[in-house]
Amino acid sequence: MGYPQKPHGRETTVLSKHFGNRDAISLEGWKKLGGYKALETALGMEPAQIVTVVKDSGLRGRGGAGFPTGMKWSFMKPGDGKPHYLVCNADESEPGTFKDREIMRWTPHALIEGCAIGSYAIGAETCYIYIRGEFTEPLERMESALREARAAGIIGKNAMGSGKRIDIWVHKGAGAYICGEETAMMNSIEGRRGNPRIKPPFPAVSGVFGQPTTINNVETLAAVPHILNQGANWYKKFARSDNPKSTGTKLYSVCGNIQKPGNYEVAMGFPFKDFLYELCGGPLQGRKFKAIIPGGISVPIQTLAEAEASLMDYEGFVAQGTMLGSGGVIIVDDAQNLVKFIARAARFFAHESCAQCTQCREGTAWTTKIVERIAAGDGSTEDLDTLLSIADNMTGKTICVLSDSCATPVVSGIQKFRADFEALIKKRTMHPVPAVA
Amino acid sequence: MSAAHSTEKYEKVFVGEQKKQLDDILSRYPTKMAALLPALWLVQEARGWVSEDGMAEVAEVLELTPAYVKGVVTFYTMYHQHPVGRHFIQVCTTSPCGICGAEEVRDAFLRNTGCEELGVTSDDGKYTVIEVECLGACGFATPVMINEQFIESVTPAKVPEILAGLR
Repeated sequence: MGYPQKPHGRETTVLSKHFGNRDAISLEGWKKLGGYKALETALGMEPAQIVTVVKDSGLRGRGGAGFPTGMKWSFMKPGDGKPHYLVCNADESEPGTFKDREIMRWTPHALIEGCAIGSYAIGAETCYIYIRGEFTEPLERMESALREARAAGIIGKNAMGSGKRIDIWVHKGAGAYICGEETAMMNSIEGRRGNPRIKPPFPAVSGVFGQPTTINNVETLAAVPHILNQGANWYKKFARSDNPKSTGTKLYSVCGNIQKPGNYEVAMGFPFKDFLYELCGGPLQGRKFKAIIPGGISVPIQTLAEAEASLMDYEGFVAQGTMLGSGGVIIVDDAQNLVKFIARAARFFAHESCAQCTQCREGTAWTTKIVERIAAGDGSTEDLDTLLSIADNMTGKTICVLSDSCATPVVSGIQKFRADFEALIKKRTMHPVPAVA
Repeated sequence: MSAAHSTEKYEKVFVGEQKKQLDDILSRYPTKMAALLPALWLVQEARGWVSEDGMAEVAEVLELTPAYVKGVVTFYTMYHQHPVGRHFIQVCTTSPCGICGAEEVRDAFLRNTGCEELGVTSDDGKYTVIEVECLGACGFATPVMINEQFIESVTPAKVPEILAGLR
């Protein structure tokens, strides 16, 4: 990591190598560290060759869904006569996640280089980096780095003298979690309310401004220059020997009740137990870990036993009842009752629902009311069944997955930490049947 | 502060420097509508909030209807639809910060600013305190934003000093 703490010996620092190093922020400093060599290489290659290298590397989307990046790029058909767009998702709003923020703060040129290579590979002349409005410092750093890159002719109408046009612009969000969803983000760029769109059509067919579009996360794009510099085989090495489906390094943001919160970067397949106790320093004095959420608040909550048995990659977390998600690791310890935590999570989703789907608009609001009622000591056993029934109605039935994301901590919380709910419940039902006279 | 609502004459934002900025922004997009979010930001930077008159001006320059612009403004939480205190204080209280003491930080801001409740500007017009959803700095609990300034690892004890340092 390097920020706020020094990197641990067991980390594999590729993306985070220069976090905390002020010299890496400027164009001059970044070039001294080998910056923009990969872009130069890329501009000398055929776009299809770049897509092949990225495919071979096994790189998958780091924003949450884990879709293979090279395959996503290959959906963009060259020579279709339409303008293509690259959108970089820097809306980082998933509670527990703050890795893209550090990439933009410390190595803004790494992201610009990734965006430029991505744009060239998919045949896009324009790339928008959608940064959430609250990220004042990353916004400033990215704008300033883009000005430097434009002035130096690295991007613009003749990127690095290649004759190719690559324009990169920042589009500043205005406070909406849902704009991190790719189709909502496209609407937001177009100057609309951030309502997700029904798919199909998929973005590669009809994306922003109705044109073929690829949307990649900050961390995904920032990894691309390293892959081009050092080769697909080098990147593939960072994996478990028995799982070639997850490759490379991954940044994890660690927060909550733990000794050393911050960003850590490890190779795919790293043991989660070692990560939590060795790298992050274990629980706070006199406390024990109780529940772990490894991929941002939208993924299922793990018990400590599940977490300690997890290997940190896409398949490793699925095998232990959850998902890698965005890599936002949230730790809840034994001093907390999980119900309060879940109630606040539900309130978050109710606040952020765009409200176009009924199941989500009503479901997030009622879930919040009921979990808050339980947290306040006024719930009933019957409420737990009601919550599960609402959750069922919220899962897999809406345009986007915000609704599912609200149901997830509730369902996994009730399933795995029922004792926390029961500790706050004193009655069986809200409407006791009067005794028959 | 509320006097600013309707009695003052609206002064147009998109003249001179701001007009040039808007033209520059328009050159980045294939449609005029795409400049809506950036244009609203320019209005808020110039006026401190986005009034109905501000929305109407944006609608005019981007060839949209005022109703459409209002629909977009009301979707996003960061556009102020009414004047706010000179120091707009946003405390993150989403779950990860919540388990690290964010509610105490929020209460400390309310107490020390004289704001009676969340979202209500103090009588001297200096402060507005709100709870904000995840600021994306969960490892630095509790993050607080005061206008454009982002402050990490805020504890209740640090609140008086932070407020004293505001200009």
